[in-house]
Amino acid sequence: MDTVTIINALVSGLLTGLVYGLSALGLSVIFGVIRIVNFAHGELMVLGMFLALLLFRWLGLDPLWSVPIGAALLFLVGYALQHFVVRRVAYLPDHMQFLLLAGIAIMLVSACLVAFGPDAQGVQLDYALDSFALGSLIIDKVRLYAALAAIAVASALLLFFKYSPTGRAIRACADNHLGAKVVGLNVDRLYALTFGIGAACIGAAGCIILLLVQVHPYLAPPYTLLAFIVVIIGGMGSLFGALLGGILIGVAEELASIVGEPSLKTAFSFALLIVVLLLRPQGLLGRAVR
Amino acid sequence: MSDLTASGRAALIAFAALLLVLPWVVSSYVLSVAVICLYLAYVGQAWNLMLGFAGLLSIGHALFVGLGAYASGYLFAKYDVPPAIGIVAAVAIAMLMGAVIGYLGFRFAIGGVYFALLTIAFAEFVRILLEHAKFLGGTQGLFLPVSQESRRGVDLINLRGWPEMYYYVILALCLGAFVLCRALLESRVGYYWRAIRDNPEAAAAVGVDIFRFRMYAVVLSAGMTGAAGVFRAFYDNLLFPDQVLNIEKSIEITLAPIVGGVGTLFGPIFGAFVLTPLSELLTDVVEGLKDLGIIAKNVKTDGAKLLFWGLAVVLIVLFKPTGLWPWVCRRLGLVKAPGARS
Amino acid sequence: MTRKSPNNRIERRKFLAGAAAGTVAAAVPLRFAHGQGQKLKVGVLLPRSGPQAQIGIDCQRGADCAPEVLKAKGYPEFEFVLGDTETKPEIARAQAEKMIGQGIHILVGCFDSGQTMAAAQVCEQKGIPFSVSIAAVPALTEQGYKTVFRNFPTGPMIAADSFNLQKALFQSTGKAPQTVVMLHVNDTFGMSQKDANVAGAPKFGMPYKFVDTIAYDPTARDLSAEVRKAKATNADMLWVISRLNDAILICQEMVKQRWEPMGILSSGPGWYDVPFMKALGKYGDDVVSTVPWHDPKKATSKALEAVFKKKFPDRELNTNHTYTFEGVMVAVDAFKRAGSTEPGKLIEALKKTDIKDNVVTGPGVKFNAKGQNADIKMSAIQNRGGKNLVIFPAEAAQAKPNWPMRPWGKRG
Repeated sequence: MDTVTIINALVSGLLTGLVYGLSALGLSVIFGVIRIVNFAHGELMVLGMFLALLLFRWLGLDPLWSVPIGAALLFLVGYALQHFVVRRVAYLPDHMQFLLLAGIAIMLVSACLVAFGPDAQGVQLDYALDSFALGSLIIDKVRLYAALAAIAVASALLLFFKYSPTGRAIRACADNHLGAKVVGLNVDRLYALTFGIGAACIGAAGCIILLLVQVHPYLAPPYTLLAFIVVIIGGMGSLFGALLGGILIGVAEELASIVGEPSLKTAFSFALLIVVLLLRPQGLLGRAVR
Repeated sequence: MSDLTASGRAALIAFAALLLVLPWVVSSYVLSVAVICLYLAYVGQAWNLMLGFAGLLSIGHALFVGLGAYASGYLFAKYDVPPAIGIVAAVAIAMLMGAVIGYLGFRFAIGGVYFALLTIAFAEFVRILLEHAKFLGGTQGLFLPVSQESRRGVDLINLRGWPEMYYYVILALCLGAFVLCRALLESRVGYYWRAIRDNPEAAAAVGVDIFRFRMYAVVLSAGMTGAAGVFRAFYDNLLFPDQVLNIEKSIEITLAPIVGGVGTLFGPIFGAFVLTPLSELLTDVVEGLKDLGIIAKNVKTDGAKLLFWGLAVVLIVLFKPTGLWPWVCRRLGLVKAPGARS
Repeated sequence: MTRKSPNNRIERRKFLAGAAAGTVAAAVPLRFAHGQGQKLKVGVLLPRSGPQAQIGIDCQRGADCAPEVLKAKGYPEFEFVLGDTETKPEIARAQAEKMIGQGIHILVGCFDSGQTMAAAQVCEQKGIPFSVSIAAVPALTEQGYKTVFRNFPTGPMIAADSFNLQKALFQSTGKAPQTVVMLHVNDTFGMSQKDANVAGAPKFGMPYKFVDTIAYDPTARDLSAEVRKAKATNADMLWVISRLNDAILICQEMVKQRWEPMGILSSGPGWYDVPFMKALGKYGDDVVSTVPWHDPKKATSKALEAVFKKKFPDRELNTNHTYTFEGVMVAVDAFKRAGSTEPGKLIEALKKTDIKDNVVTGPGVKFNAKGQNADIKMSAIQNRGGKNLVIFPAEAAQAKPNWPMRPWGKRG
């Protein structure tokens, strides 16, 4: 395999990985703070994709401009989910939480099925197939924009959590649930905010991913699994970790495809997941959780 | 039987009697649905062991089904090894896999959600490997030869015969699992399990070897599920990795016991017998509602059906988190003491 | 409700008091089957929910055209009983049981190989004839089933004919590739096609050799690495076997990565579909698909096209529609000749099927001893401006081929 191909592969893997990372950000935020594993992750993303699709159809909005709208709408969905439903199972065992979110995922899929039908649908943009050429390095325009958007969203999130009072309050809840309550923080409201923020990330990712992939109601499961892999490798609860994990997986899958058989690349990712789970379950940048 | 009331005993006997005579009174369609029910009840019971007794949530149990199915199926298709013998290999391989996952989980102290993700990862990894294993058919599937003559009669060695025979085989498996679990629960192993489940630190403090007993539960659960894989192979006669080992199948295995009641003996059976016919009936219910005008005609049936399904699951989790069976038990007065597990 | 049990197991069954048996026996749907009259009940079993729902629903469109087209041809009336496999073989099995219990005389379906095999087992057990509309797995007609009749090419047949059509293409345009890279989905169809193609190319004396065969995961969300790998081989021609969603991803990647081989050849679904052409626009043109297809010059074909356009003006007639339609036609044709809904008579009639004015390419519908129509021919079709035009075989051709394909930048 020649160098040009490898360099192209690395760049593409990096860009794709950033988008994977953005999609996993939401999962990481939710788990890092609320300690709920969101099995409806992929389905929320598909919801975001359909929203972007509708905005494109009705208003001619490029999905990139839909990102703030998609994020806002999914924020409301996430907030409502946590406040009305997920909160009630906080003290139930893991398998009940898993089943609840699996049930919600099923409801989301069926809602999309009823509203949109099973056919795959997408957006047709003028620049969708453009690429920049720097010598023999070809960079996919859409992927580049997607990666930049991912970085922007991640940075905004990081600043929010680091500097804003609400952000710090949320981190306090994550660090010490009981202590947060003791100092008078409204933990329920903060959890709902967190779920909303996580869902907003997922919604943003969905709008961006619509540029790359067609949407249909059954699209979700591989994305949920992918998000888990990225978050665990990068570290649950770490924003940079999610991005880093995304990049790692993006690049690893590209290289695995080039060196080996592409159909095994997901197996490679799962093998990586197993190794990380065993050796360092908190991931590369996560805090140690046992 | 001692913790059942009189009506509980009567209900149990009636249910058992119904199951015994079912093939004689129903159509082959209902019989095939009953086989699905019993299969899910059996694997659900096996899965329940791991969660209810070892405290480990597995969302990759289809892995053990797949290993059992492929092991026995391959031996039969390639080497004419009858399933009566092949089941030994199937269960052994499944148990080995279970031991590996259990060991990794315990030694690296992975619990809860992380363990569940570990099981998912293993299942997916093996699934993809199987898709690339040409000698096992890969994505083109493993076919078990079936001759028309072998569909008559009863051949338990080769698991070939009337559809009714398959029904009784899975019924026997299901009953066997039920009896085995009950016996185990009442034994010393069972008490250790309950101790570990309820308070691991206290159990360890009184000297119970947590690792060993948890491993027993995991390996037993995996082995029983491997046996289910053998049934699957010889009932379907056709194995595709993405049909046998995919994550939806794993989730399907967990539904009946969670809905019925994790940790209860009868919960998985109850759950399976509620969910499976519900799924079949839901299509007709939706069509009926359309006829009655309650739902608009142009709403797609499969979407509506899935919506009901999801809603049912969510409602059960929110309002009956210990499962439906304990609630049904109390309401119908089937058990004696409150809080008793049946 | 009585059930006929052709394999003589009535003596083994005792129906208890009618009410209990009746209620449980039917798992009575709220809409139930009417009594068994002399009208043919055709069961159509397809994946209508689950991941293959899009395809199953598309197949049904072909069946929907059957009543009108067949009536015009003088066939007797019939009624449908619809079933949903939910994209799962065990549900396909149960639904086949259910539909037979509801009194269907013949089954049509199921698109997916696994589901079709599961339903075939049930039909064989119950002695109900099965007119397979779409399923390529060779094993289906190798099991010695007496009730299965498949009017669809097997995987090997599709592969073999692809070579013939390619030869015609290269000959008529004078441009043949020296090297070919194959990109295929790692599922039943993709794998079997790849094996057949790699083995067959030297046997058919093709002018090229395969520089690589690249398999990709059916659940892959991103195919840029795969396309990059294929591009790096510098092969003259890309031979691709994929599904609709992958087709869109692959073609988009080819444009983005600026890869312009001599041509793109597909021997599977997806590349000719309307959603593909809509998604790719001008970049979706010039793809050649060697697939089972209808012969646009045949009379019944034209009739079907007319009815189809009326019912579904936004869609183009494709393999799903034509073969499902023809599966129904085979069933009704057998009924017409048998003059009875009795399964044994239908099966006898099916064996003697000989329909010359059918829809799909080839001399007609005739089944060999294994229940397979071995005469089916594939067509080479090319995408042009949102339409699929037949370029080979000559008898069915509608246009001359564009080969090599036009570079991406030079498309109007």
